[in-house]
Amino acid sequence: MGIIKAKKLVHEYIRRDEEGNAVGINRALDDLDLDIQKGDFVAILGHNGSGKSTLAKHLNAILMPTEGTLWVNGYDTKEEEHIWDIRQSAGMVFQNPDNQIISTIVEEDVGFGPENLGVPTEEIWRRVDESLRAVGMLEYRSHSPNKLSGGQKQRVAIAGIMAMKPKCIVLDEPTAMLDPDGRKEVIRTITELNKQENVTILLITHYMEEVIGADKVIVMDQGKIVMQGTPREIFTQVEELKKYRLDVPQVTELAYELRKSGLAIAEGILSVDELVNEITRL
Amino acid sequence: MSITLDHISYSYSIGTAYEKHALKDINLTIKDGEFIGLIGHTGSGKSTLIQHLNGLMKATSGSIYYNGKDIYDEDYDMKELRSKVGLVFQYPEHQLFETTVIKDVSFGPRNQGLPQLEIDLHSYEALKQVGIGEDLIDCSPFELSGGQKRRVAIAGVLAMRPEVLILDEPTAGLDPAGRDEILDQIAKLHKERKITVILVSHSMEDVAKYVDRILVMNKGELVYSDVPRKVFANYKVLESIGLAAPQVTYVMHGLREQGIAVDTNATTIDEAKREILKWAHREIIEG
Amino acid sequence: MIRDITIGQYYPKDSFIHKLDPRTKIIGTFVFIISLFLFRNKFLPYVVVIGFLGLVIGASQVPIKHIVKGLKSIIFLMVFAIVFNVFLTSGEVLWQWGILKITKEGLENAGFMALRLTLLIMGSSIMTFTTTPNHLTDGLEKIMNPLKRIKVPVHEISMMMSIALRFIPILLEETDKIMKAQMARGADFESGNLIKKAKSLVPLLVPLFVSAFRRANDLAMAMEARCYRGGEGRTKMKPLKYRKEDFISYLILVLYLVSLVVVKKVSPV
Repeated sequence: MGIIKAKKLVHEYIRRDEEGNAVGINRALDDLDLDIQKGDFVAILGHNGSGKSTLAKHLNAILMPTEGTLWVNGYDTKEEEHIWDIRQSAGMVFQNPDNQIISTIVEEDVGFGPENLGVPTEEIWRRVDESLRAVGMLEYRSHSPNKLSGGQKQRVAIAGIMAMKPKCIVLDEPTAMLDPDGRKEVIRTITELNKQENVTILLITHYMEEVIGADKVIVMDQGKIVMQGTPREIFTQVEELKKYRLDVPQVTELAYELRKSGLAIAEGILSVDELVNEITRL
Repeated sequence: MSITLDHISYSYSIGTAYEKHALKDINLTIKDGEFIGLIGHTGSGKSTLIQHLNGLMKATSGSIYYNGKDIYDEDYDMKELRSKVGLVFQYPEHQLFETTVIKDVSFGPRNQGLPQLEIDLHSYEALKQVGIGEDLIDCSPFELSGGQKRRVAIAGVLAMRPEVLILDEPTAGLDPAGRDEILDQIAKLHKERKITVILVSHSMEDVAKYVDRILVMNKGELVYSDVPRKVFANYKVLESIGLAAPQVTYVMHGLREQGIAVDTNATTIDEAKREILKWAHREIIEG
Repeated sequence: MIRDITIGQYYPKDSFIHKLDPRTKIIGTFVFIISLFLFRNKFLPYVVVIGFLGLVIGASQVPIKHIVKGLKSIIFLMVFAIVFNVFLTSGEVLWQWGILKITKEGLENAGFMALRLTLLIMGSSIMTFTTTPNHLTDGLEKIMNPLKRIKVPVHEISMMMSIALRFIPILLEETDKIMKAQMARGADFESGNLIKKAKSLVPLLVPLFVSAFRRANDLAMAMEARCYRGGEGRTKMKPLKYRKEDFISYLILVLYLVSLVVVKKVSPV
């Protein structure tokens, strides 16, 4: 069994009117099956409201399945007694960098998770050092988070999760509020953590450029998985992606357009160099 | 009608150790009906610049003329300027406060002191322009989806019928389709209502697709002010200041380096496609 | 600008004072504040107080300019206290105009009041400049620990305080942003009578509250996701431990108090 496994996962929100009477049901997750192997870098794509954030909240047992089962690191998320094991094994990074940093000093914030887990003091310090080094923020350890850039704040948040020694990190649109530099910083950091520390990464995003380095891409729409495969396989299907309110990187679209116009260019071009080589080859 | 900035500088905490020059000697004219893209790294001064254009911030030195009148004149009507130069801040949905969508949108026109009939008219029209249907106008703005909230907030500025519309990253946080919808609506407004638009953006691809002129800011200075293809031709300089040209620019330059004779001026997918096909077909004819 | 408020913001340095246990600093500040009110208008004891404060500021390595900047925010309070004292103290009249009169005692009172307020703010800001808010709340938590026995939620209170300290600058910045955004839509926060002014605050306060609630919600989720479950079973990254320096500081504090009492006794004016 993979580190994360979902079987017929369903989540329903009950819509209520002003008096609190139920007026309808929103199916945010609809019979979802998922199997993610340890050490994978998986990207989940989907437009706003496709159910991807609801899924993320299940992985951390913030939300419970209405139907079906979800296992995280072998624990069924419905079992109350394992809630802290689940949260420790699947750490979560959220969208707004300001709203997840608890402390006014970087290193103290990174230490927050281990403190909650009851880790002994010396061990906390060791983990804080390690985690800050892993995300490249060691020199900022005594800074105030308010003075950091968005990308740096997200790296601190990632370090805070790393210090809990998770098996898997779920990032729920970690770059949505960042500028291009910040976005690159965060993606570089999580790619390194995946390669060097062998942490399983689940990246939820709607920026296409960010999923190119993933092992596997999952596309969600209306609470269902509608596409999955390698980035190259997914980006071959430009029309299909647009149908799900998504997009492809500009080079991919240009290559796709050229191919449609009859040029013999390979499918699923992901980078500028690839396209230049393809055209030169003609 | 135009906005002219004459030697505009702005500094923080003057005379202390923390003194910082956010804007350095900016000279700029924005003509009536232009569609301008303003790009720059975070902290390059672009937010400071746009807040000068509607008088929310006052320059340390220099003058700004709106339609030929000095906005720093003592008897200049600042309130009037703010309704002529509409500014949509980043994440504008965070400023919604009324109980219904229509009430929120009419906040601006109400502050302008218009008669009720015109307030309603302008508000309804603004909502229509951003694609918010009649079924939503009596909803609480807090019940809407993220993209809808964003559009209601933009309508709140449009309802003041500005002559100039400034938008600070109007697509931040939206999904690709939501992003295209907003930008298309803005482009349509620009075309139909002939209003001047200044679009602050991080996305070179978006800027290249829509604007007539690009302003590039770096460390408080205006580095470039030119048509997109001429700005992107300096892609190496752009990179040195933490920016980049659209991906197609890199493709065209890459092809050129490989000895393929394409025009490197292409900045959008359509232009690039046309150029490459032109080259490919000539090859075939010659071959 | 609201953002310029420096009072209470931690000033990172590696000084003797920075390294003291927060409990030492809290108790020290408390004692210092009480000491300011131990004597009335006498010059000599103030020499001791200023000397002591100077010593502490020197040892803290926080630039005096930075500390003085923090005083700006209490200017209003200061002016109020001075005016109040100057005009409302009875005694030897120096100048009179209608019912307004300035007395010698009034001037004296005002002067000492201003001095006392200045010293009070400077003294307590040294504590906040040299102690991270988390450390500060840790110290308070430890000091208040005995109250746990009477069911006071000491840990929760201190957690709330440290979160509040973390979010005050963020919310101030947000206030600034929303104000500007509403001004761009023609809002007027300045003119009009009191009722109109209060009404004009609605477009500012509603978004601010919405934002604060959203942040609180996000933060609660982020804390839970990081396994926060109250004070039970929690360890500390920076547990509080008294060191040699703290005992020395307590000794200096006692010396300060003793010399103050002695000086007060022998001081003629």
